[in-house]
Amino acid sequence: MPKLTIDDLKKIRDDSRKELYLREGNYRGKVIVHMGTCGIAAGAREIVNALLDEFDKRKLTDIMFTTSGCAGLCSEEPMITVEIEGAAPVKYRKLTPDKAKRIFNEHIIGGKVITDFVLGVGSERVG
Amino acid sequence: MAEKKRIELMVCTGTGCFAGGAYQIIDELKKELELFGLKEEVTVVATGCNGFCGQGPLMVVLPDNIFYGWLETKDIHHLVEEHFLKGRPVKKLMFIPPEQKEPLPLISDIPFFKKQLLIVLRNKGIIDPEKITDYIARDGYLAISKVLSSMNPIDVVNEILKSGLRGRGGAGFPTGRKWQVASQQSKSPKYLIANCDEGDPGAYMDRSVLESDPHSVIEGMTIAGYAIGSTNGFIYVRTEYPLAIKRMRIAIEQAQEYGLLGKNILGTNFNFEIEIREGSGAFVCGEETSLIHSIEGNIPEPRQRPPFPAQEGLWGCPTVINNVETLANVPVIISRGADWFSNIGTETSKGTKIFSLVGKINNTGLIEVPMGITLREVVYEIGGGIPKDKKFKAVQTGGPSGGCIPAELLDSPIDFESLQKAGSMMGSGGMIVMDEDTCVVDVAKFFIQFTNDESCGKCVSCRDGSDALLEVLTRISNGEGMDGDVEFLTELAESVKDASMCGLGQTLPNPVLSTIRYFKEEYEAHIKEKRCPALVCRNLIEYYIDPNKCVGCLLCIKTCPTEAIKGESKHIHIIDQEKCSKCGQCMEVCPPKISAILKITGKDINNMVQLTELISCKEWKKEHEPAHS
Repeated sequence: MPKLTIDDLKKIRDDSRKELYLREGNYRGKVIVHMGTCGIAAGAREIVNALLDEFDKRKLTDIMFTTSGCAGLCSEEPMITVEIEGAAPVKYRKLTPDKAKRIFNEHIIGGKVITDFVLGVGSERVG
Repeated sequence: MAEKKRIELMVCTGTGCFAGGAYQIIDELKKELELFGLKEEVTVVATGCNGFCGQGPLMVVLPDNIFYGWLETKDIHHLVEEHFLKGRPVKKLMFIPPEQKEPLPLISDIPFFKKQLLIVLRNKGIIDPEKITDYIARDGYLAISKVLSSMNPIDVVNEILKSGLRGRGGAGFPTGRKWQVASQQSKSPKYLIANCDEGDPGAYMDRSVLESDPHSVIEGMTIAGYAIGSTNGFIYVRTEYPLAIKRMRIAIEQAQEYGLLGKNILGTNFNFEIEIREGSGAFVCGEETSLIHSIEGNIPEPRQRPPFPAQEGLWGCPTVINNVETLANVPVIISRGADWFSNIGTETSKGTKIFSLVGKINNTGLIEVPMGITLREVVYEIGGGIPKDKKFKAVQTGGPSGGCIPAELLDSPIDFESLQKAGSMMGSGGMIVMDEDTCVVDVAKFFIQFTNDESCGKCVSCRDGSDALLEVLTRISNGEGMDGDVEFLTELAESVKDASMCGLGQTLPNPVLSTIRYFKEEYEAHIKEKRCPALVCRNLIEYYIDPNKCVGCLLCIKTCPTEAIKGESKHIHIIDQEKCSKCGQCMEVCPPKISAILKITGKDINNMVQLTELISCKEWKKEHEPAHS
């Protein structure tokens, strides 16, 4: 490999940093796919795949992608929760990969809640 | 291939976790991730030491920041299915604070991590130490870029002077001052040495830096080389650190490949090479002139200073020797500025210090804290206090060259001056916590035994002085102490300090002097009453079976390795003191609700009723139980 200059070094840094974004922890929000047994049976895996494809396409690094257990309303699965900083969490119900992609583009990127798919806004109170 | 990574598992592979089976955990994780089809979404990263060694093998799950400890391969299948597939973090693998029931899932909530401030260890657990691009991604090698593109060597020296950085290896000499002296020498070539000859029992700060972030040391060395006008650096590391050496070799090769070491670094005229020299583990090699002799291939003995190595060092040439931790501070100081650095810490001690927190402490591990933090915060908040609610007795800082600091000084700040005033020293950062069951005479004896073994023998005061100290301490702990022993120890210790040439001899009496200073009554108890208050010194203790409690269960009889206990079922057991080797196994097997075995010392020994004849428990009770009215 040819010897680096200072500019090359900065370029390597910027490229490598993209690889490490999971470790930096600078997020403006997160997407949670509910993956209880009910969720998985209803197709949560496909939702995960669809969302991860979108993350990759957009090279999005400021939204945390995570999974969690059953949200409690098994008949409405597959579900996801979108939490954007400064806004109440939004739960979406009965998703398909295509719906998930729309949520990704319109809500997570575009900032607009897709009311048709929404189960509810806000969270249960923790007693 | 599409990038689908959503979780990273940062598995600690520092020496502690490595020994605990971290690589078996990694293999198992990879196997299970493959099984669940998560191989592309969940990646496993082998990191350097995470610091919370007492919990190893361990990992941190990112981006959720969940901490799992005490991992075993049998847990992995369940963990992968529950957490990484179904998204339900597994509670039973999380950290539970001592004396509590609920686990703390997030690493950021665990007190051990909360109070720390990471400068040197900024990359620990976040980068893969064997990947240079991970280091670069975290602004690695930007400091050397800045130095080479916009600073003169003298600017670099001044910046380090201004930062107030002091050597982290023991004595705390201002690093900038050392560089300044070397940079002013006209003789060439000049050499730079990174001292990683870490020999204190229980200390592993420098090893962890090399293992978890080797490039930060390379970058620090390159900057130092530029500042003093040297093109050759050596890393002197003990051969007992195979993992550190391996990772350092990989790092040097990668840096060479990227043109960050070698000729014309980053396209400039500056050249710098680094070689690793392995030492074979003599404690005295931590002393700079001995270390130089060792690299030269000579017997590692110290020599008189001046001339200082910065004037006349390796092969008679100007040489700067800096500790590994000192060097790892350098890139950050250059990148963020001397003013930023000098705002952290106290008036005279700037920045942070790494300590290895070991001994009688709940959270064993490696910590980095700002200078000026109190011992109490370290022991009780980060360290989580003393196991089994025992009382804190003292903490030994600075390894065998340091001293014991007692409970009354728990609120004093940790900085170079305060520790010295307390009769100890910063040293390289070992911190051994002792509880009420620790005998200070025994501790002093242990450390003197160590330094006596490690003394190179050049100075009479160190060689024979440590012999004499050890002899008297051994006598005292054997119950053969005499009046005047404490005064003799003090006088001898002071003379060894004054008359020895190098740091080893000058500091080896510290454990003796500090324990006499703070725990004189314990020495007196050993000498005058033949009593060991902590019940440690074997010649001064006896085990005894309380006839009022013994139920005659035979457990201790079966366990005793010297067949010193006689008795029959349901008869009170009796220990034959002549045969007893005082191993204490009988006390461990005696059921807690019975607790019939006592460990006694001093006057108590004479006050005990020693049974000679076997008697049944029933009969004893009849004779001794107070009559009911």
